[in-house]
Amino acid sequence: MARLARLELADDELDMFTGQLAAVLDHAADVEALDLGDVPPTSHPYPLKNVLRPDVVSATVDTAEVLGAAPKVEDGRFRVPAIVGEAP
Amino acid sequence: MSEWETVIGLEVHAELATETKMFSGAPNKFGSEPNTNVDPVSLGLPGSLPVLNEKAVELAIRLGIALNCDIRPSVFSRKNYFYPDMPKDYQVSQYDEPINIDGFLELPDGTRIGIERAHLEEDTGKSTHVGGDGRITGAQYSLVDYNRAGVPLLEIVSRPDLRSAADARAYVAELRAILVAAEVSDGKMEEGSLRVDANVSVRRSPDDPFGTRCEIKNLNSLRSLGRAIEYEANRQIDLLEAGESVRQETRHWDENDGRTHTMRVKEEADDYRYFPEPDLVPLDPDREWIEQIRAAMPVLPAERRTRLAAAAGVELPHDGVTLVVERGQDEQALAAVNAGGDPARVLVHIEQNLAGDGGADLAPGRLAALVALETGGTLTPTQAKEVLAEMLTSDAAPEEIAAAKGFEAMDTGDLTALVDGIIDGHPDEWAQLAEAHAADDQKKLKKLSGFFTGQVMRQSQGKANGKLVADRIQERLQT
Repeated sequence: MARLARLELADDELDMFTGQLAAVLDHAADVEALDLGDVPPTSHPYPLKNVLRPDVVSATVDTAEVLGAAPKVEDGRFRVPAIVGEAP
Repeated sequence: MSEWETVIGLEVHAELATETKMFSGAPNKFGSEPNTNVDPVSLGLPGSLPVLNEKAVELAIRLGIALNCDIRPSVFSRKNYFYPDMPKDYQVSQYDEPINIDGFLELPDGTRIGIERAHLEEDTGKSTHVGGDGRITGAQYSLVDYNRAGVPLLEIVSRPDLRSAADARAYVAELRAILVAAEVSDGKMEEGSLRVDANVSVRRSPDDPFGTRCEIKNLNSLRSLGRAIEYEANRQIDLLEAGESVRQETRHWDENDGRTHTMRVKEEADDYRYFPEPDLVPLDPDREWIEQIRAAMPVLPAERRTRLAAAAGVELPHDGVTLVVERGQDEQALAAVNAGGDPARVLVHIEQNLAGDGGADLAPGRLAALVALETGGTLTPTQAKEVLAEMLTSDAAPEEIAAAKGFEAMDTGDLTALVDGIIDGHPDEWAQLAEAHAADDQKKLKKLSGFFTGQVMRQSQGKANGKLVADRIQERLQT
């Protein structure tokens, strides 16, 4: 999983996070065991709605800086490996 | 062979006319240098948080009102997929709780097309495939520009109520007119502001259940839309008549070979693992806001057509009226009628002679003055057209232009003498005309009157007023 997320972890860190992830999965299993058929799904935990911002342009980031962080760049664009299949 | 029915539902993506993106203040602008209209939110950088653009919501509500939708509380979801056009690996979209549902759009001919939903979502970045034939298959690698990532969109989903390629084109044309009139989107298909996917299936009879559908993508103009639907319906009919079956899939329209090609077998919604976007709170526009937006709505194309048809004294559906409203020249027409121009002639001139460059800028008062010369008998329709063309590049009054061209109405006495002379010079034709008149043979009557009018026009070099010629011929027939 660390490899998928591009994280460099030492062996002791791996042990620690493996334990923590197992606890999270156990908790999910506990919740899954409950009969929640009558409970409506919650889309958000806070009693908030309609958080909006005005349609005003704000700062963009520097293109050179952003592209500089990418592994490969061509013509001002991010170069990515061949994609198999089409976009949804 | 049995008659097949084509069943079409359309999904239209319209980019919204906002200044900024859906969830951040990066500019929403077409044609910029790659990756310049980006910020941490559009790049999906860790720790960046989206905040919804109020204007995008207002535009969604405007469209909801224009399409007679139920405007309701809504929730944003994450649509997950692994594809580099969204750096977050998901697209934020409204899924099971869209803002607008259950509306309808009325085509100019009065047919009602159901609108299932019109929901908000963000656009993706733009990928360019390098190597191979420029398409994704066979490409060596791809280049991604995130300027478009996060641009606000409305996805407008029709019910499968369309039954022909012509209907589908009329639907998109009308939807575009509504989007533009309501200032929701600029509606430019050529810039990708309006993108259409078509779901097409066929069945032997309207009483049969729907057939298996295919979704067609890459429809970049009304023309491609029409051609692709016709090709796809025929492809499916051929398969079924050969005893084969249609496979549910997404197909790509190729403008060059005029065919659709398999792109991928259709995903189910499950494949996208939709779940509510935890970084955005629910949207529940209050009634007061919706009513304010409703009160400020501009007049929409359907009402504008009704208004123009009433002013011009024609019945709907009317191609000229549809065209003039589509071109946004209905205000010009109404003002010219108000300035005293004969409504029917005003409509004809705007439809046929003021379609080009500068036509929409002609002052209604000047058009009315020209039409007055025409209906008053000073100019024939052909001459009026010529004067009108010159009025677009000259500030001179139509009378002056007409005089400069030597277009002057014939003296009524001269005209009467000319008509009489021609009648006397063609006794055989005149006898036939009189006979046709007595027998009320309209076809023959029309043909022979045309002969006399043509002779008068030739001898007067087009200066004779056609109506006065017809009047004189009638007079002579009565005596």
